[in-house]
Amino acid sequence: MIKTILGQVKQYKTAAILTPLFMLLEVAMEMIIPRMMGRIVDDGVYAGDMNFIIREGAFMVVAAGVGLFAGIMGGKYGAMASAGLARNLRDAQFKKIQTYSFSNIDKFSSSSLITRLTTDVTNVQNAFQMLLRMGTRAPASLVVAMTMSAIISPKLSLIYLVAVLFLFAFILILLPIARKMFDQVFKKYDALNESVQENVTNVRVVKAYVREENEKEKFKFASKNIYQMFIRIERIMAAVMPIMMGTVYVCILLISWNGAREIIYGDLKTGELMSMLTYCMNILMSLMMLAMVFIMVTMSIASMQRITEVLSEDPSITNPENPVMEVKDGSIDFNHMSFAYGEATDEDSYVLNDIDLHIKSGETIGILGGTGSSKTSLVNLISRLYDVSKGSIMVGGVDVRDYDVKTLRDKVSVVLQKNVLFSGTIYENLRWGDKTATDEEVQYAAKLACADEFIERFPDGYNTYIEQGGTNVSGGQRQRLCIARALLKKPKILILDDSTSAVDTATDAKIRKAFREEIPGTTKLIIAQRISSIQDADRILVLDDGRINGFGTHEELLENNEIYRDVYESQTGGGNGDFDEKGDEE
Amino acid sequence: MPRPKTGKRMTKEDIRESKETMKRLFKLLFKTYPLHFSGMLVCIIISVLANVQGTMFLQPLINNYIQPMLDSGSTDFGPLLAAITRVACFYAIGIVAAFVQALIMAYATQGMLMKLRNQLFEHMESLPIRYFDTHAHGDIMSVYTNDIDALRQMISQSIPQMINSTFTIVAVLISMIMLNIPLTILTLAMVGVMLFITSKLAAQSGRYFVKQQNDLGTVNGNIEEMMNGQKVVKVFNHEEESVQKFEELNDKLYDSAYNANKFANVLMPVNAQIGNISYVLSAVVGGVLALTGFGGFTIGGLASFLTFNKSFNMPINQVSQQLNFVVMAMAGAKRIFALIDEDPETDDGYVTLVNAKEENGQLIEVEEHTGTWAWKHFHQADGTTTYQKLEGNVQFADVDFGYNPDKVVLHNIEMYAEPGQKIAFVGATGAGKTTITNLINRFYDVEDGRIRYDGININKIKKADLRRSLGIVLQDTHLFTGTVEENIKYGKLNATHEEVVAAAKLANADVFIRHLPQGYDTVLTGDGANLSQGQRQLLAIARAAIADPPVLILDEATSSIDTRTEKIVQDGMDKLMSGRTTFVIAHRLSTIRNADCIMVLDQGRIIERGNHEELIKEGGKYYQLYTGKIVNA
Repeated sequence: MIKTILGQVKQYKTAAILTPLFMLLEVAMEMIIPRMMGRIVDDGVYAGDMNFIIREGAFMVVAAGVGLFAGIMGGKYGAMASAGLARNLRDAQFKKIQTYSFSNIDKFSSSSLITRLTTDVTNVQNAFQMLLRMGTRAPASLVVAMTMSAIISPKLSLIYLVAVLFLFAFILILLPIARKMFDQVFKKYDALNESVQENVTNVRVVKAYVREENEKEKFKFASKNIYQMFIRIERIMAAVMPIMMGTVYVCILLISWNGAREIIYGDLKTGELMSMLTYCMNILMSLMMLAMVFIMVTMSIASMQRITEVLSEDPSITNPENPVMEVKDGSIDFNHMSFAYGEATDEDSYVLNDIDLHIKSGETIGILGGTGSSKTSLVNLISRLYDVSKGSIMVGGVDVRDYDVKTLRDKVSVVLQKNVLFSGTIYENLRWGDKTATDEEVQYAAKLACADEFIERFPDGYNTYIEQGGTNVSGGQRQRLCIARALLKKPKILILDDSTSAVDTATDAKIRKAFREEIPGTTKLIIAQRISSIQDADRILVLDDGRINGFGTHEELLENNEIYRDVYESQTGGGNGDFDEKGDEE
Repeated sequence: MPRPKTGKRMTKEDIRESKETMKRLFKLLFKTYPLHFSGMLVCIIISVLANVQGTMFLQPLINNYIQPMLDSGSTDFGPLLAAITRVACFYAIGIVAAFVQALIMAYATQGMLMKLRNQLFEHMESLPIRYFDTHAHGDIMSVYTNDIDALRQMISQSIPQMINSTFTIVAVLISMIMLNIPLTILTLAMVGVMLFITSKLAAQSGRYFVKQQNDLGTVNGNIEEMMNGQKVVKVFNHEEESVQKFEELNDKLYDSAYNANKFANVLMPVNAQIGNISYVLSAVVGGVLALTGFGGFTIGGLASFLTFNKSFNMPINQVSQQLNFVVMAMAGAKRIFALIDEDPETDDGYVTLVNAKEENGQLIEVEEHTGTWAWKHFHQADGTTTYQKLEGNVQFADVDFGYNPDKVVLHNIEMYAEPGQKIAFVGATGAGKTTITNLINRFYDVEDGRIRYDGININKIKKADLRRSLGIVLQDTHLFTGTVEENIKYGKLNATHEEVVAAAKLANADVFIRHLPQGYDTVLTGDGANLSQGQRQLLAIARAAIADPPVLILDEATSSIDTRTEKIVQDGMDKLMSGRTTFVIAHRLSTIRNADCIMVLDQGRIIERGNHEELIKEGGKYYQLYTGKIVNA
């Protein structure tokens, strides 16, 4: 894990190595300067030697200059190395995720991926900077201070050693406790955030049911929980500073007492006692810094783990060795194919069971079935968004697993059920289908998808800016833009997964008419709830619980398929309902 | 998306605003916790004094105890022991004070934050829908997380630290002035240099910190968008392009993060070294003064002065380090106050909804649920109260409305719904169907014209009561974290389990709920992410059913339910709708064909109205919409 993370330092390696070196130089200057100060007092001021003061002062200014330089450089390179690591971690994760298959994405879920790319990276960045700078500075000044005091008086320095060991033990005991409590607090925080998030997105429901008071109670409860958890933590934390201070004070008193005795007995000089006491502060500061480094690093371990998971995840769908680079035609063959999300443990875990289906190039196929009948799963297999568990799927006579994935997906265009537009102009969004498309080509695709009428009504036309998630266009408009985007690929197979559910019937009919007349060679698979959307298809597939329930023309199915007849009658109102049919007698 | 101006120097306006925010924040703090804050001040003073007397102990230790003993050759450690014990006592008091201070601050900080959070949330609940429609949800969220967090940093750490430093500075400054005024001026001059450089560096660093914050926002926004759209990226082979765009933003973030941290990191060593130079200057100048005996300045005095010089720079350093936190906290506080200052939903209504029963043809207000509702109307003029039965009669008179003043989306809407009628709205997306329902429950208020509910202008009805009388199933189904049962109960908090099951059965949700791992006790998370869109709609219908409202609004309530299931739900829906005034928006014919009146909307105007047969006969837009046939006008 550490190796994976550190492997991402890459081009910032020099900065990462220079930072601790400069920090060491700074510490060295920090240690020299107090000695110079002491000498200015002892040998200069008390001796009344003005020349010495000026000479030593000049040295001190030089040392300060070196310290300044080291400090600036250390700060600069530390910032560079940590910001650089963060950049590389984000970049590496982002790139890695691009290689993920749908099942990889499902495994992590979008929101968890977002956290890994944002908060987790920031945590690691902060910990890394801390480690590079304070992580060198603190132990270095601790060691130097301890050594210096040992040189001055080995006996007195034992007091420091005991104090340091005591504080170390204290920190070691405290850390896991603090960590556990922080973990709990973060969980409570999640609950609170969830409550806020829900209220922001569900505000219409809350207001419609007049549940504001109820929600306030829920929120106050979560808020109180956090308060109590934090109070518990802070009560413990409140003891930390006094214990540290207490240790230092005890050291000062012990050293003063023993030092005074040694001076009287002639074992120690006055100036040496003064130096001993100044190191006390150094030792305490270093210990506190060390504790902070510890906390930051341990807190970032969980983040590092999550980032490593993303980086070491193997994409479940990869290109074959000698991929087929051309899709011959739009024929699709399902050969006794079964599919399960994840490992299939028994028959029940298959969401698609023994599908055997052969579709000719250029055919229009309607797909109908209740919620949960695996319509979406079926079509997602064609462009190899998932891999089949048993049997095979062939496109243009070749197993989909033998194609170059890019080639296959360019030729099999899916309009997903849960579709999204991206922030950018309509032109930019539609050109996802074909980035080299001319304005005319984009407009033609929009026309086929019946999107031109509303696009042209926008003041900025095709240059209208779509907000993140496409929130500034209505559901029906969004669906038509998504269809246009898919059409721009000029695919051999076009799959519409319930993609016109928010489009009115008249427009829906117009789109289908355009498909029939303008792209007759493309195989079209249309999943729909509305009978009118599919009844003029060449053949219609009825799925029920992951199995083929019927496959045939509208008339055939009406004749011999119960589900189809049911749906048909429910939508046309049985006896008096030749209404929809009339609509198709164009 | 328009983002705040980045990388711009703070303007005078900004500084004034920050001052205002700071004032307000402190006022709030002192007003909420006056005792805590005075306690904290006392504790800080005690611990500063204890600490200072500790640092001062070295001088008397040597001069008053060790030196005399060395001189006299005595080995009587009694006086020394007594002195050390005295110092130990001071230390002990200092430690206790520090501990008490930390505890007080913990309670004050956490209590303050809880208060602010609760106040934020309570206020947020009172805000109009318009606020949520016009503010990015992520921005609202970050007030509760980032901004509150920045405040915690400041209240619990920066403020005590700065107060502590201020006291130390004052104490040391007084001691310095007493020793030697010219040297004090020299030291202060160096502090001036230090402050000048600090402010320059802090300004740079602050500028980049703001920039970093903005760039981070942009990168996070991009990540969020791309992660949510990752499947579309895959389908369109768009991986390289999205990496390219991401890297561009990522590089920008690196740049601002690097610079922000660089300036922040450099601050400490720069100040430390200026402090060292100040020390040397004082030593040299003080040496000259002492050697020439200027103003009776002695060598011993110089030695003491140099100690003070050293301990003067440290607190200044500490204060300057807290500045970044303070800047960030102020930005956060500004956003927190902005949300709290947002105007709440206005509600001038005074007509309330009460349970009633009829006795001798008179409506009488009762406590218990009777199934009969009445509008309680208090007349200010003569002080009488009248009751009027809730019938479910809704009337739009010449209503105009626009979400923005410059863009009217509804024109001259005239509509009359008799009690128990089913009114359907059809029309292309964007024709204004949902807007009409937004006006009935006053998510938005009409601009011109009137809406009457049982003859009462809806502006006179208390919003809570108005909404309680309307059941609504929305286009986008939203569920809450909690069990399935709790979600259905959202419509009626005190419902029994039997009522929940009955409502679920009515909505045909019972079957799938029983199939869930824990049935009605299955916990839904993340807006019901583990359910299909159709299942969520069924739950939303059950939720509306259990509320048993006199008037129903169904906005594409069954759009994601497959038609076979819908057919089954339809019976329940029919039961639910019978006897209630119902407004239905749907594009599916089966849902609306039996409506008493169908309104065809086009670009905010009602262009056709009538029942199904009439409209088909008319052969207009309705005919065209539902047959897919283009009418040659």
